[in-house]
Amino acid sequence: MVPVNETPAIEVRELTVHRGGNLVLDEVSCQVGAGSVTGLLGPSGSGKSTLIRSIVGVQKITSGTVQVLGRAAGSKPLRALIGYVTQAPSVYTDLTVRENLRYFAAVIGASPRDVDTVISSVGLTDKSGALVARLSGGQRTRVSLAAALLGEPQVLVLDEPTVGLDPVLRRDLWQLFNGLASSGSTLLVSSHVMDEADRCTQLLLLRDGRVLAADSPAAIRDHTDTADLESAFLALIDAEEVAAR
Amino acid sequence: MNARITVATAGRVLTQLRHDPRTIALLLVVPCLLLALLSWTFDGQPAAFDRIGPMLLAIFPLVVMFIVTSVAMLRERTSGTLERLLAMPLNKLDLLLGYALAFGALAVVQAGLASGVSLWLLDLDIVGSAGWLVLTALLSALLGTALGLLASAFAQTEFQAVQFMPAFVLPQLLLCGLFVPREAMQSVLEAISNVLPLSYAVDAIAEVAANTGLSGEATLDYGVLVAFIVGALALGAATLRRRTA
Repeated sequence: MVPVNETPAIEVRELTVHRGGNLVLDEVSCQVGAGSVTGLLGPSGSGKSTLIRSIVGVQKITSGTVQVLGRAAGSKPLRALIGYVTQAPSVYTDLTVRENLRYFAAVIGASPRDVDTVISSVGLTDKSGALVARLSGGQRTRVSLAAALLGEPQVLVLDEPTVGLDPVLRRDLWQLFNGLASSGSTLLVSSHVMDEADRCTQLLLLRDGRVLAADSPAAIRDHTDTADLESAFLALIDAEEVAAR
Repeated sequence: MNARITVATAGRVLTQLRHDPRTIALLLVVPCLLLALLSWTFDGQPAAFDRIGPMLLAIFPLVVMFIVTSVAMLRERTSGTLERLLAMPLNKLDLLLGYALAFGALAVVQAGLASGVSLWLLDLDIVGSAGWLVLTALLSALLGTALGLLASAFAQTEFQAVQFMPAFVLPQLLLCGLFVPREAMQSVLEAISNVLPLSYAVDAIAEVAANTGLSGEATLDYGVLVAFIVGALALGAATLRRRTA
């Protein structure tokens, strides 16, 4: 019998997406293991956000299938089970931190007590009464992240949640992500910063709309015979270009 | 449909307004000042003010709510909050009705104030009761909200959204019977005015102001108004796409 945690939480098969006439994802197939912290890494423009939007079910796709927790991405029952953080902080700037989270808690049916829990998870307790418009960019990102944590979603999909945050905060958030994963959630976190890759249990390397590699950080380093992931990424690109010639 | 989410949305929209007292003051005070200005320009012609005053009570809510709603909804679309909400277990109607509820409540206050000022300070003389004026203003506000939600789908920037006001509303203002009675217009213009919603708001308020109780003609006007509101909300809901390119 296959253990439960070996069925993937997210399964993408031959996903092709065009945006504005351009091919953004080219027959991408990949899996995100249940309970993993999977890093979706790739340079800006590689298709990370489009893949994330497809998984959340807000992206029009050309062909292929995306399944989350065994259901078609975007299907109604999934909406209560997925937490989603867009790249730009999607919160109301003319509301306070707490007012934002109270509203989103009401929409997903989370208990009002959850509001204080998620505010403290992202370290904004002392700012909970402040208008979001008065917060810094990094603080707004955290409000947006807190909204996605409401209701303890089984799957968290985070599009560059640590951009512009100071190192201490980034470390704290990665601890939070790993903690959520060990309590059973599945996380897919995109980043264009390679030094965050080692904090993930699994990696998906994306370039030009295609999956370059999908494995654990250690396996990718071993496979490419490199010491760090930045070099591993470059080695993979070189190998691919040699193969294409 | 979910009453909890609808009410939470209305509360959230009103809270956003509460953080913007200048907008509230403008929404409430400007119609009263304009009516005062109108009554002074008709100094010595009380019959003209008695005819035009009630019409303006029906026109202000539509114009004001149209602008406020189209900009507010455009912000939801451009800030990513709409994408977040649509990825949550929220029915599109919950969002639209939440807006309608919030701006409807505001319209009742606005119309109550403007009617009170007109009747008691500016000596507006009507045969019907003030309650009907407020009801008509409420329907006109809901129509403005519904049209504003719809118009926001066709604007990409706040500049464009604001420009929709003259484009959507001024033709209706010219043809609604405020300047020239509709039946005295060229038949083509009268036919156009027959399919514009503001005409029915103006007809209804003129009718309830000139008669005691509810005449058959006013009932018909109200029926048409409600049909326009429902139709615009349905079209507006159709423009809210969970999946976008």
